[in-house]
Amino acid sequence: MPEVTYLEAIRQGMLEEMERDENVFILGEDVGSYGGAFKVTDGFLERFGEQRVIDTPIAEAAIVGAAAGAAHMGFRPIAEMQFIDFISCAYDMLTNYVATARYRAGLPTPIVVRGPSGGYVRGGPFHSQNPEAAFLHTPGLKIVCPATARDAKGLIKAAVRDDDPVLYFEHKYLYRRIKEDLPADEEILTPIGKARLAREGSDLTIVTWSAMVFKALEAAEQLASEDGLSIEVIDLRTLLPMDDEAIMASVRKTNRVMIAHEDTRTGGVAGEITARINNDAFEFLDAPVKRVAAYDVPIPYAPALEDFVLPQTEDLVAAARWLAAY
Amino acid sequence: MARIDVIMPQMGESIVEGTLSTWIKKAGDEVKRDEPIFEISTDKVDAEIPSPSAGILAEILVQEGETVEVNTVVARIETDSSAAVAAAPSAEPAPAPAVEAAPAPAPAPTASPTPSPATAPAPPTSPPAPASVGAEESADERLRRKSTPLVRKMAAEHDLDISTIPGTGHAGRVTKNDVLQFLESPAAAAPAAPAAPAAPAAPAAPAAALAAPSAAIVDPWEEDRVEPWSRIRKLTADHMIMSRRVSAHVQSFFEIDYTAIVDIRRRKKAEYAERGVNLTYLAFITKSAAECLRRHPAINAAVSGESTIFRHDINVGMAVALDWGLIVPVIKHADELSLIGIARAINDLGTRAREKKLLPDEVQRGTFTITNPGGLGSYAGTPIINQPQVAILGVGAIEKRPAVITHPDGTDSLGIRTKGMLSMSYDHRVVDGADGDRFLADLKSMLENYPDEAT
Repeated sequence: MPEVTYLEAIRQGMLEEMERDENVFILGEDVGSYGGAFKVTDGFLERFGEQRVIDTPIAEAAIVGAAAGAAHMGFRPIAEMQFIDFISCAYDMLTNYVATARYRAGLPTPIVVRGPSGGYVRGGPFHSQNPEAAFLHTPGLKIVCPATARDAKGLIKAAVRDDDPVLYFEHKYLYRRIKEDLPADEEILTPIGKARLAREGSDLTIVTWSAMVFKALEAAEQLASEDGLSIEVIDLRTLLPMDDEAIMASVRKTNRVMIAHEDTRTGGVAGEITARINNDAFEFLDAPVKRVAAYDVPIPYAPALEDFVLPQTEDLVAAARWLAAY
Repeated sequence: MARIDVIMPQMGESIVEGTLSTWIKKAGDEVKRDEPIFEISTDKVDAEIPSPSAGILAEILVQEGETVEVNTVVARIETDSSAAVAAAPSAEPAPAPAVEAAPAPAPAPTASPTPSPATAPAPPTSPPAPASVGAEESADERLRRKSTPLVRKMAAEHDLDISTIPGTGHAGRVTKNDVLQFLESPAAAAPAAPAAPAAPAAPAAPAAALAAPSAAIVDPWEEDRVEPWSRIRKLTADHMIMSRRVSAHVQSFFEIDYTAIVDIRRRKKAEYAERGVNLTYLAFITKSAAECLRRHPAINAAVSGESTIFRHDINVGMAVALDWGLIVPVIKHADELSLIGIARAINDLGTRAREKKLLPDEVQRGTFTITNPGGLGSYAGTPIINQPQVAILGVGAIEKRPAVITHPDGTDSLGIRTKGMLSMSYDHRVVDGADGDRFLADLKSMLENYPDEAT
């Protein structure tokens, strides 16, 4: 089987969907002749032509707005944000217009807005953000954050086929670091709204997603060998709608939970998950729910500072030890 | 009219309450910013608390002797001086409840009515207990009573009293596994079991429970003076009893010939004095002990339940006798300091201990302790281990003594040497005699052949 990178998996997913359905098209900054800032859409222009691979001005609100209009006309656009940090420029369009269109006017808006998120790449404050918390609060949107190549492909395909707007936050740290064998002849579709059990364990659960999944797995490995702890890791994959059942099943089993995310702490997704656990599984808790997240500061450019601000494997290990000893 | 709250500060990560020991300022006094206004006493340390702002100390809300949770407002400062002290009704202290209220013959006011906190009411039903003033419940006891939702549910299902289940969590908290184990073999987990110091981070954890039975009531005779224990005295008492019960104390004694160090001190004294450091024997001993600890990890350890934690860091605690009790500031990473660094640290920590200027973190995380009973002339001591550590070194008096000296040619003669005893108490549960003696032999060898270049 061919080894496929996380980036190649996104690319393959989009290619397959564009081959399958001629209503699928892509638009964004430099996605055409340049092939995308990270070369995710390299070769798309030659293959599908200017009608389906559209270079846009640097105007995220216009990109999302155009995609939404096209979607109302029966198309299924995939809009790329060159860096996901700039999705904030399209916040109004996404939250006021796109997310409410079905409710207001009965208009489905099957668009995908995707782009590279996340840090650990020395990108500084404008090229390292994780914007999921800003949109988690908006009813009408779906949010997916793949961690594996398989899910990167399966979720982009599922997102294209979904009849609601889907924000697809890929992690640029994983682009070329993650490689998996993906059979070329298998159609991979990852259901939106379903978490994945990334590692089974019995002593405590780490709920996480995206690149943090790998840090959680690393921490679990270290804790197994050094402390004899059995750590369960849940990769949420989809944040909205959230797979409450998967989280609660694990809480009921291990009774101790840590939520780890790369985004900053205050107002982060971990707070929402904690509230859900309190609501649905309070009497199953044998320790307080523990959060591991970035400090509440912009992502620094300096490597040493970025490493300090973003959660590292050792932070997860320390939090897990605290939790296990509670 | 602007009043600023003065709160009980959090003096260290694990501290949840503090006792207001003394008001340095009175209501109506003018205070400067950062001027000490009251003294507190926590599980770990005594400290003076500076004013957060300049102004008039307008209201005193917590009286001397009261123990309150961290972040409780203890006073208010009026920053607008024209507003003056409108009314300071709470300023006139309601007679300090603990100390003076007891009628004549009651000698142990704080201890007498206490219904042994260890067997306090069953947690599942008891409300969160907002640190009722005066109730002598330690932070650890409260932590232990605060069981998790799962444990409460399990206890309710099986009709268990959580306070009778030995806990292995933080500060002896009862966990799911503890309940499961208790259900399996309730007999083995009888409440009397001295469940070792379950929480290595909180040495005082089971102290209260273990110390409880010793509080005999004795009548004072005429003209006797009765002095209720201060917080530091009570903590020390509890800790000492707990340590004696928990650890299998055993001692080894080595006589050290300090003559080489005498020589170094004589030669280097002026040089060090110039650098503002007093080069004491204790500095040499601490430095050498830190070096030897690195080679003997069994001594630089802690006991947690039925495991031994071999500490990575070498943090040497120095027992400092104060007029009001004993405190053990800690020299962190002592093995990484030079001799002069150690000497400075000893001076600095000792001075600040006497001035109540130690930070809480400076009395925590020790991995080994040195005490100096020889300071007043004791030949040797048998110190009590500072839990959860496993060994404590006692430095006996250093003085000139007659000694048999063997010359290179094999002949012996009597000579005058500077000598002193080193004694070490260690926990025979985890440190065998050979381990302890090997460490001391190593230490003796280093002190007697102290490398000149290491000064």
